[in-house]
Amino acid sequence: MPEYQTFEHDVLVIGAGGAGLRAAIEASAGGASVGIVCKSLLGKAHTVMAEGGIAAALANVDERDNWKVHFADTMRGGQYLNNWRMAELHAREAPDRVRELEAWGALFDRTKDGRILQRNFGGHKYPRLAHVGDRTGLEMIRTLQDHGVHRGIDVHMECTVLPLLKDGDRVAGAFGYERERGRFHLFKSKAIVLATGGIGRAYKITSNSWEYTGDGQALAYHCGAELMDMEFVQFHPTGMVWPPSVQGILVTEGVRGEGGVLQNREGKRFMFEDIPELYKSQTADNPEEGWRYCQGDRNARRPPELLTRDHVARCIVREIKAGRGSPHGGVFLDISWIKQKLPNAAEHIRKKLPSMYHQFKQLADIDITKEPMEVGPTTHYMMGGVRVDGDTQMSTVPGLFAAGEVAAGLHGANRLGGNSLSDLLVFGQRAGKFAAQFAREHTGSRIDAAEVDQAARRALEPFERKGAGTEGPYQIQHELQEMMQNLVGIVRNETEMLRALEGVHKLRGRARRVGVHGNREYNPGWHTALDLDNLLTVSEAITLSALERKESRGAHFREDCPNQESALGKVNTFVRKGPDGLMQVRREPLAEMRGELKQIIEEMK
Amino acid sequence: MCMTRLSDLPLDKPVTLEPMKAFPHLRDLVTDVSWNFRVKKKIKPFKPRPPDAPDGTWRMAQADVDRVQEFRKCIECFLCQNVCHVLREHQKHEEFIGPRFLVYAAALEMHPLDTEDRTEELRQAHGIGYCNITKCCTKVCPEEITITDNAIIPLKERVVDNFYDPLGKLVKLFRPKAQK
Ligand SMILES: Cc1cc2nc3c(=O)[nH]c(=O)nc-3n(C[C@H](O)[C@H](O)[C@H](O)COP(=O)(O)OP(=O)(O)OC[C@H]3O[C@@H](n4cnc5c(N)ncnc54)[C@H](O)[C@@H]3O)c2cc1C
Ligand code: SF4
Ligand code: SF4
Repeated sequence: MPEYQTFEHDVLVIGAGGAGLRAAIEASAGGASVGIVCKSLLGKAHTVMAEGGIAAALANVDERDNWKVHFADTMRGGQYLNNWRMAELHAREAPDRVRELEAWGALFDRTKDGRILQRNFGGHKYPRLAHVGDRTGLEMIRTLQDHGVHRGIDVHMECTVLPLLKDGDRVAGAFGYERERGRFHLFKSKAIVLATGGIGRAYKITSNSWEYTGDGQALAYHCGAELMDMEFVQFHPTGMVWPPSVQGILVTEGVRGEGGVLQNREGKRFMFEDIPELYKSQTADNPEEGWRYCQGDRNARRPPELLTRDHVARCIVREIKAGRGSPHGGVFLDISWIKQKLPNAAEHIRKKLPSMYHQFKQLADIDITKEPMEVGPTTHYMMGGVRVDGDTQMSTVPGLFAAGEVAAGLHGANRLGGNSLSDLLVFGQRAGKFAAQFAREHTGSRIDAAEVDQAARRALEPFERKGAGTEGPYQIQHELQEMMQNLVGIVRNETEMLRALEGVHKLRGRARRVGVHGNREYNPGWHTALDLDNLLTVSEAITLSALERKESRGAHFREDCPNQESALGKVNTFVRKGPDGLMQVRREPLAEMRGELKQIIEEMK
Repeated sequence: MCMTRLSDLPLDKPVTLEPMKAFPHLRDLVTDVSWNFRVKKKIKPFKPRPPDAPDGTWRMAQADVDRVQEFRKCIECFLCQNVCHVLREHQKHEEFIGPRFLVYAAALEMHPLDTEDRTEELRQAHGIGYCNITKCCTKVCPEEITITDNAIIPLKERVVDNFYDPLGKLVKLFRPKAQK
């Protein structure tokens, strides 16, 4: 029987990004004993990479802003498939959550009168993103981390959770291994908060790091929770395309917010040619007005480069496919042109976009103050995920909560930039609070030792598979990423997705025969083998949901059904594990929106 | 260092990679850096002054924020800890917190809102005196933080001021920190 060490906490938080840390702080403030587990070192989670800022209607820069406008913007961006209760709570509570960060030591950029400065971002009507240059995520995670370490939270770093364990219907704990020595850990807890982030690694070109293999979505699915909106994967329009080793790395939307323009190889600003009806009244119809908007002119409308991400990404794909792309298969993004407008443009760019300046200088030998960048779409964010209750963030499994990117609902069919960092704070706080409450109201649960033993044995199986018929994990991972990229990417159709579904089943068969070498100490091959099941589970869920949604909406675009279907605008797609162990997909109507909220949306149209 | 491009190296000779030396070695290039997380806990946390406005918010000038933002760029890669001879050669892990945490302490001490005083610990438990300003840490920092000149030297001055100038310290007690 494999050995393991046991830890007990009232609340176990899985993931130490913005959502996990915020949840841990809140649960601990609620009197619970808290443990937090993460795959990498503390402070290295994905959140650290966020550049643009945190969306909150503080109204420091434009006093016309308030929670209602933020709510309406979020719903419009999500094409009204959002969980409206979450969109409401998010818009109402984000300002307090941001101010609280400041009270914990975060240092945001300032307005002239010394308040928190806010910048423009795609889909937000007013300047709304609190930021720190272009390293907002780092500021946020460091603030939470430094605040959290003094709260007596137990941190289990470099530890990966494999399955969740249940006691009857209720979640009862988690089982995992630590990276350094490969030893097993059993965590017993009364409530669990999943805060494991995204799924980017299911695709070949992604802005996400190695950690984002869809673990949380898969863990929840296998323990009986429902997933929702899995067809909505956000492809960010601007990732690096050259050199190959950096393909996919994000180029922040902030570049466009500061006046950067998209051009094809003929030098044309192609975004002016295709402005969707829904956004016509809010979009500039000439370059001059767009520039004035970026300079803070309140009477100007935003340039078309700042339209929603799905739209900009598809326009870029269209240019590339039509042969009007840049030399390395992208399009041009130019910020250096602002030297025609500003006397000290180079210095201004370096001050406003320091990380971007360094990123291109160091990785691509390009000086963005002098020449254009080459950019193309990159897999960026998962709108779908674990279905949760809007108020408490509890999933359909009692005691299992989810917050942040792993949860679904807030963003609907598409997320606005900056709405994720605020999501982490608002719903991290709520998940932590209600998880602590759940823990208070329930006694300890029981974990079946045989189940733990089985989990451990299953984790060790790849070491035992040897000889003919076995293969290493990397080939399977690469084939899956390539397949999802090509068949379930930005532009989809039924034929290709059916092929992808078949592909997932075949790869799953091969994954069952994966063998690895060496021992359990720091063995990346083994870790990749264990991640495979998660990647396959989320890939299947994405494909099935995308097949089910026979229309184009938000981030989900089907060339075989290019229009929106009004009937489908009233339903979400759900995925759960059937009694036969197979994945089931179904639709469910949206909950009826409160009249008061309907009215806000009408007024802001 | 961590950002070196292969194309910048002479590729006709073998390229040698080594694990960090200031920390216990685990396997291949992997070392155990957990000491760093324990050190951080020992530094007194942020303690803000009461809010400036009735709505519970503060007012700060961008210039005051800028100075500290340099330190807050730190990504905790611990490269500076690794090259500092006090840790690397002399293994003074018990007596010296290392450049990373001097940067961290500086970020707190120079934070426009902070009211805590960490000079006593800096001198004693944190061992700032061990640093003899070789600037090796500054050279390797991938975030280009001027660790020695901007963080450590001002902290050393603060420590000296407070300990060897008791009268000055007394005066400061009655002056709000933001105006220092
Ligand atoms: C390059 C980039 C820029 C971005 N910029 C912005 C922006 O400007 N504004 C904005 O609002 N959003 C932005 N986003 C999106 C946003 O950063 C993420 O959605 C958000 O940080 C996710 O946070 P999280 O707390 O949900 O999870 P993460 O920060 O992703 O953290 C997940 C945590 O879970 C842990 N984990 C995962 N699986 C397991 C497991 N099996 N066992 C144990 N632990 C596990 C990981 O180790 C990690 O600690 C950006 C994203 C990227 C990639
Ligand atoms: S300057 Fe001080 S902290 Fe930096 S490496 Fe030298 S001795 Fe260490
Ligand atoms: S080298 Fe720079 S970024 Fe790295 S830990 Fe030290 S101060 Fe931080």
